Amino acid sequence: MVQRIKKWFHRPTRLESQPTERARRRNLLPSSSSYFHRLTEEEERKLAKRFEGKLLLRREIPLSDSQFNDLLRHQLFTPHPSFVKTIFQTRCKRCNNDKPSLLASFPCAKCCRTHLYCRNCIMMGRVSECEVLYEWNGIRYQWPTLLNACTWKGVLTPAQEKAANLVKKAIADKSEMLVWAVAGAGKTEILFPGIELALSRGARICIATPRSDVVRELYPRIGQAFKNVEVEALYGKKKNKDGTAQIIIATTHQLLRFNEAFDVMIIDEIDAFPYHKDRSLAFATNRAAKKASAKIYLTATPRGDLKQKIRRKQLPHCFIPIRYHGHPLPEPKLVADFSLSKRLTNKQLPKSFIRWLDQRERKTRQLLIFVPTIQLAEQLKVETAAVLLLKKLIKDESEVAFAHAEDELREEKVRQFRQRNIYCLLTTTILERGVTFPSVDVVVLQANHDVFDEAALVQISGRAGRAKDDPDGEVIFIHDGKTEALVDAVHAIKKMNLRAKTFYTKESER
Amino acid sequence: MNRCLWCDEAIVNQFDWLTFFTGGEHQLLCEACLSQLETIRQPVCKKCFKMSNSKRCTDCKRWERFFSGDDPLEKNVSSFRYNEFLQEMIAKWKYRGDYVLGSVFEREIKRAFKFHYHALLKEAVIVPIPLSKSRMDERGFNQSEAIAEMATDDRKKIVQLFERIDDEKQAKKTRAERIFAKNPFKLLKTTNKTVILVDDIYTTGTTLRHAARLLKASGCPAVYAYTLVRG
Repeated sequence: MVQRIKKWFHRPTRLESQPTERARRRNLLPSSSSYFHRLTEEEERKLAKRFEGKLLLRREIPLSDSQFNDLLRHQLFTPHPSFVKTIFQTRCKRCNNDKPSLLASFPCAKCCRTHLYCRNCIMMGRVSECEVLYEWNGIRYQWPTLLNACTWKGVLTPAQEKAANLVKKAIADKSEMLVWAVAGAGKTEILFPGIELALSRGARICIATPRSDVVRELYPRIGQAFKNVEVEALYGKKKNKDGTAQIIIATTHQLLRFNEAFDVMIIDEIDAFPYHKDRSLAFATNRAAKKASAKIYLTATPRGDLKQKIRRKQLPHCFIPIRYHGHPLPEPKLVADFSLSKRLTNKQLPKSFIRWLDQRERKTRQLLIFVPTIQLAEQLKVETAAVLLLKKLIKDESEVAFAHAEDELREEKVRQFRQRNIYCLLTTTILERGVTFPSVDVVVLQANHDVFDEAALVQISGRAGRAKDDPDGEVIFIHDGKTEALVDAVHAIKKMNLRAKTFYTKESER
Repeated sequence: MNRCLWCDEAIVNQFDWLTFFTGGEHQLLCEACLSQLETIRQPVCKKCFKMSNSKRCTDCKRWERFFSGDDPLEKNVSSFRYNEFLQEMIAKWKYRGDYVLGSVFEREIKRAFKFHYHALLKEAVIVPIPLSKSRMDERGFNQSEAIAEMATDDRKKIVQLFERIDDEKQAKKTRAERIFAKNPFKLLKTTNKTVILVDDIYTTGTTLRHAARLLKASGCPAVYAYTLVRG
């Protein structure tokens, strides 16, 4: 009885389902110029490759009206109403958003009535009530089976090897697993054997990550490692977003357009902002993967929910405590400086920082300075340049730069920094993860600020000492009052280094 | 709960005896977002509302020379200064089509109309700058019409007199290209009432003057303008 009552409450109401019904019929109506055209198998395969596994609005389908109506009449596209309405809630079909504050209505000039639209996924193009989401309903595209597709010739370390085997097993079994590897452990390489295995079975693979910087960093590396496979990167600013390759590297936002497309879903940096905050992104990645698919999560700093799952043994995992070069993570040094906020508001560098500049071990290392806010990064640039000039660490002011989320030239500056044309880079948490610089010292100014949580601080310290020939960089956290996050971060790093030691002894015993 | 239209953070209203009895004002933006909106403050150019110390800004002098003293536009009133935050907001509002964001400006629009055009509005009609047909289909609504609707409660005061012919975005052109472009409007009806043109952004003032020139030529006594943002 209770079941029946529940069902009754959640039944789609007729009144509300009307406009979508009408829209569907309107779209099904034959246009006057269309003719009955039978698709050849070749044509249908082409379309299948382009549209299979996606959920698209009409304007995202680049076909002419007559062509599209033909396909609709052949039922090669299935229309879905864009909103699911029950008595108590309305839900956007694309991003699963049901927050009333993120659903609004607007007077649609096309239909002369007021429609609902979703504000949550509006950056991907507005989904309104009068539009329908189309799903491909034709033949399934057969992705080629590629044997020995991996063209990467490097060698995995024993620790990486162990993780790679587990990843392979998870992909073969189509199960879930977490790879918890410290920053600089070589997470990307761990994936290669698994991807090779998946490709040999004709699977479609997605590597998703919340950060577009990570996508841009991963894309050339994956492309290098799998030279004969189609690889495509998808992120917001990219112009051409077809999404037709066998290996897709995408930001999690882009996955909102996919629907049961991938056999293997790899989520890199699963704990990064905004993935853990925005529920629609987790929904999107889940939907983009097929029902039976392997899901691999990669992170250096799992958050509470993942850790809990590990503790409860609900999520198989593999922990790699050592970096690929075998050296421990550089332990951060906490430096208290109680004139810090005063100096920063005066756009000056803290004295402790200047003192540290003189005591540095190796002055050839580049400087990566993290600050809590974008404004501070911009304000401190001049002062930093002046100080470094005075200390004769740089020859020209142009060797100091800032990079933050709203900076158009960010990619370029990061590239310059990697090529050592820039000596000192001021940045925000945007560069906390996914980027590799060979030899840097890391400084965090006002490390007790709210934006630096434990995960961020651990990731930031992971930027130092990533190269084989300079495995230990210095990490300095300048603060004016320890926070829990600060203490926890240092503790976490120490613990990981300890585990690395025991890991080593175990290995040598074997 | 009340949430900010821009950042979706919860808005905590202050609670005192006044809000207890009156219910308080319904806030659309949180404090942090609201503080990023810059309203135009004195001193401004008396004619186009650009923030400048002289009574006539250089822009307006240039226009006066261009029309040899016979500028079709009487006056422009604007509410906000163009900054990066507003640019993002307006982009999301009109290009992405996030209609509700427009209501953020409602109070300011109402205030500006009451302050500057209260006497005028008894006689005048409000004419929103139109979008071209294709762009209208794309966006689903016209932001100028939305502003006009917020400005007055009397729907009859809003009349559509124009049709837009060209399709290009003004925002993608240079100043010279804008000024010497062909008139993109066609007059559908003539009017003998004073007209207040409404648009979202005043950058060079070309769009408004194109429209004003057509109106003046067909016997409209005076053309004023309200734009949300002075670029």
